[in-house]
Amino acid sequence: MAGYILRRLLQAIPVFIGTTFLIYFMVFALPGDPIIALFGDKTPNPAIVAQLRQQYHLDQPFIVQYLIYMGGIFQGNFGVSFSGQPVIEILARTFPVTLRLAVIALLMETIAGILVGMVAGLRKGKLFDGTTLAISLILISLPVFVIAFVAQFVFGVQLGWARTTVGDGAPIQDLILPAIVLASISFAQIVRLTRSSVIETSSLDFVRTAYSKGLGRRRIIPVHILRNSLIPVVTYLATDFGVLLVGATVTEGIFNVPGVGNTLYQAIIRGEGPTVVSFVTVMVLIYLLVNLAVDLLYGLLDPRIRYVK
Amino acid sequence: MSNDVNESPVTGSSARSANHFVAPLEETPLVAIDVVKVAEKPSNLWIDAWRDARSRPIFWISGVLILLVLVVALLPGLFTSVAPNNDCQLALSNGGPTDGHPLGFTKQGCDVYSRIINGTSTSLTVGIIVILLTTVLGVVFGAFAGFYGGWLDSFLSRIGDIFFSIPYILAAVVIMSVLSQYRSVWTISLAIGIFAWPSTARVLRAEILSVKQSDYVMASYALGVSKLRILFRHVLPNAIAPVIAITTISLAAAIVAEATLSFLGVGLGSDIMSWGNEINQAQRDIRTHPQTLIYPSIALSITVFAFILMGEVIREALDPKARALR
Repeated sequence: MAGYILRRLLQAIPVFIGTTFLIYFMVFALPGDPIIALFGDKTPNPAIVAQLRQQYHLDQPFIVQYLIYMGGIFQGNFGVSFSGQPVIEILARTFPVTLRLAVIALLMETIAGILVGMVAGLRKGKLFDGTTLAISLILISLPVFVIAFVAQFVFGVQLGWARTTVGDGAPIQDLILPAIVLASISFAQIVRLTRSSVIETSSLDFVRTAYSKGLGRRRIIPVHILRNSLIPVVTYLATDFGVLLVGATVTEGIFNVPGVGNTLYQAIIRGEGPTVVSFVTVMVLIYLLVNLAVDLLYGLLDPRIRYVK
Repeated sequence: MSNDVNESPVTGSSARSANHFVAPLEETPLVAIDVVKVAEKPSNLWIDAWRDARSRPIFWISGVLILLVLVVALLPGLFTSVAPNNDCQLALSNGGPTDGHPLGFTKQGCDVYSRIINGTSTSLTVGIIVILLTTVLGVVFGAFAGFYGGWLDSFLSRIGDIFFSIPYILAAVVIMSVLSQYRSVWTISLAIGIFAWPSTARVLRAEILSVKQSDYVMASYALGVSKLRILFRHVLPNAIAPVIAITTISLAAAIVAEATLSFLGVGLGSDIMSWGNEINQAQRDIRTHPQTLIYPSIALSITVFAFILMGEVIREALDPKARALR
């Protein structure tokens, strides 16, 4: 186990360096100028441009800029947003909200997705199965902002069941609607995964053995079939958690959830290039860390993984 | 002849004890099972897949939808004669449907229907450029990594890992914010495609790892065929099926990505007709005039749905294991 953890940590280092380098390289090498872009159509004052360049170390050679940034990350300094706030402070304020939203969404999609997927898988080819397959394909086809707007319009504006935007302090009841929107697409994926996994497991020999030795469906379904079908579902859930933590930009923006995604959304809308870059970098780092934690957890859960080179 | 073989044990046993029923032996005549059907054409994966796909109604439904989207994209003039940009009248801002303008007007007083029809080609062009890019990059990286193995595999796979670790919408947001002065169909396709290829490469690599163990590959080595020729002549054609299957779904994902970026305001410039731009423009009026937001969303969702449905059909047709799950 110790060897596995060490190997996995060592593998993460080149990816960590590579991703941060890549983002920096893109910003550096692409023809646009983030400082000029800030001014939009207006002609910038050269003195201000020079000062901003110095402030963001843009007057230094590329490799120096990159090293300055990396040095900062290891001291917990992720840069300063355009409103002058350190990125790490904004993160400390917004990350708990995003985390809460992600956990609610994850709970919803897990419970609903596994239940529906299991029933569909056990009744393969029946009406319920066909209906859920069709609904899940439709859900997968709907872009997240379409679902968000429809939910906001129907439940927020017309029916008045929920507030269209999240209020101060992000109370749980305001987060339910955005969480449903976030959960809906993953729900469809979980239904499909659980269904195919349940069908596959049901045809295996040990399930037939369980039936032939006289066990009832009430024991076979939860213990023999479900438990052994959930491995791919758990894999999906773990990666989805990482996606929820960083990928809620659009949903958080539309519902005005005061989370990490919304901060990025506002920065994109205002065209604050450097803030966008530092937030994306931080999000990629969160994503990498979650995936690393997930991999380590797997080594713990499934001994086979530890021995695969 | 088979009757003669059957007769004797049955009569024998019934003669022994009359109160025991012994079922007559069932035997299928040899001709029915063991005949070699010479007249039938030799089948392969692609013919099987085509047979399977065409027997399914959802193949035809998605096929007709995709055909419709293609025709609209190539010949928008067939569907609307209203110019999307020129005939806008601010007096008609957010107006409801009138004669000749079935879906009403945008905030700028432009015809919603005409703008949707004329935005089709944008989505489709971005989707096609992105899948060309991801397929070329994915096949090059995946094929060489899987086939050659060793240090080349480690090197190419680590590069893939790095691109895979950055969620591609986030990466595209960064690229498009930096490229704010150069927004076009080409840059947005590049921004999406450059980070979307590792999944193609991974799928192909895994498939090649199993195909290269095959006996016919071994036979080619024994015959002295060069490595590169084996890769392109024998391994790649037999490993490409899963790539084809995910390509259709990637096309749908690319269309969604373009719409999302345009919706966020870092996608295409506002001078380019695009469903994402329309939705972006309409979102402020969602409370009062939802129709300007709903119609482009429907067009976008139906197109994506058609491609995802087609992708599913192709995936299941090419994968016998997935066929068993239906």
